[in-house]
Amino acid sequence: MHDQPSVSELVQAVKNFIDETAAPNLEGHAAFHARVASNALATVLRDLEQRPARETEEAARLIALLSAPEDSELETLNRNLSEQIQAGTLTAETPGLLAHLKATTIAQVEIDQPRYSGLKTAKT
Amino acid sequence: MGSKSDFENSLRTLFTRVFGETCNLESFRRLSGGASQETWALSGDNHAAILRRAPGGTSKARSSAAIGLPAEAKLISAANKTGVPVPDILYVLSDEDGLGDGFVMSLVEGETIARPILRNDEFASARRILAGQCGTALADIHAISLDSAPSELQRSDGLAQISQYEDIYRSFDAPRPVFELALQWLKANAPAPTPSVLVHGDFRLGNLMIDESGLAAVLDWELAHIGDAREDIAWLCVNSWRFGQTENRVGGFGQLEDLLEAYNTRAGTDISPGDIDWWEMLGSLKWGVMCMIMYEAFRSGGDASVERAAIGRRVSETEIDLINLLEAAHA
Repeated sequence: MHDQPSVSELVQAVKNFIDETAAPNLEGHAAFHARVASNALATVLRDLEQRPARETEEAARLIALLSAPEDSELETLNRNLSEQIQAGTLTAETPGLLAHLKATTIAQVEIDQPRYSGLKTAKT
Repeated sequence: MGSKSDFENSLRTLFTRVFGETCNLESFRRLSGGASQETWALSGDNHAAILRRAPGGTSKARSSAAIGLPAEAKLISAANKTGVPVPDILYVLSDEDGLGDGFVMSLVEGETIARPILRNDEFASARRILAGQCGTALADIHAISLDSAPSELQRSDGLAQISQYEDIYRSFDAPRPVFELALQWLKANAPAPTPSVLVHGDFRLGNLMIDESGLAAVLDWELAHIGDAREDIAWLCVNSWRFGQTENRVGGFGQLEDLLEAYNTRAGTDISPGDIDWWEMLGSLKWGVMCMIMYEAFRSGGDASVERAAIGRRVSETEIDLINLLEAAHA
């Protein structure tokens, strides 16, 4: 299999088309949706680039925090984490919990909405 | 329901019912704001008005939390009597109007969109006094007699809302550890209840008409309920409603101390900024679940739009706000 153009390049090309050709010819609600579509593709590009490394770090933190087996799946780890918080065995006072959630959420917002004001607050 | 010309004929008849037999409707156009309800600007013979009606002329509240348009009209009239800046209710639709549920109100000029209100020079002096005006208006809303409020209003205090939003969140079976921690923290730290008042339920930029002198009208009363006064004050402080101007806790334009000084003076209460913290965290959690609900409309196949899909990637905005608030509470 080849990847020329790569997935990222194809997404970038579609985004260029929306921004430079389609959006300037649209009005009202359709123009608004074109902006949303362009922003969604920017999220896709950041997700492709950043998610693999951020999820590896997230899983490593969770394995330590939950004393879970090394080969645990990320989804299983997060379900386990959610259940323990709901049950009250992990709380805001638990060492490392808030720091882990903060690191994970910063990584998520940097993909989803990197200009969101709350991200800057979290990082200062 | 009905064809386009039926709709136009119904509007013409409506216009004469509101303004008199000799008044001709000259123009009508749909206003872009108001995602849940249709809003139409009507004018003719030196009269102008706004029609707010259910989408496509239906007659049902859009969600279990919404009070419905006839009740909203009653509530706006009650608020008008208490001195809250609101449009005048000119007419409430009935079956014979053939336009579904809705009402006609006076036109109030101004701006509802947050970004120009927060950035443009023409609103600079309005921004300086708006926090105090919001404090006074909220005190007047909370002073509306519960006896004069429509019977459709539901009771919903802080703990009831946690339970309601937790149920919705769990129904999606998409665990979010930050929401879990916020839910547990809110339950463990719930403040003592205060006497029930009439709560607007969605008091923020977007639902407020602002002109160069400040607050011109409080709009969109469909989420009104009976609950805790602090909920309304805190909703305006939720970071999502500061539209990037995080340093201004009140709506991106003002300081909470200024709002509370006006509120406490008017209401005779003694609410401090710290009393708002718990409710602000609840507000961020609620907005996060609301974004999940809107994404669910896409996921379930009900609404294929890119906007409904993309809003699922805004839930993390509320998660980072919750983290910031939890960290501040544990500093």
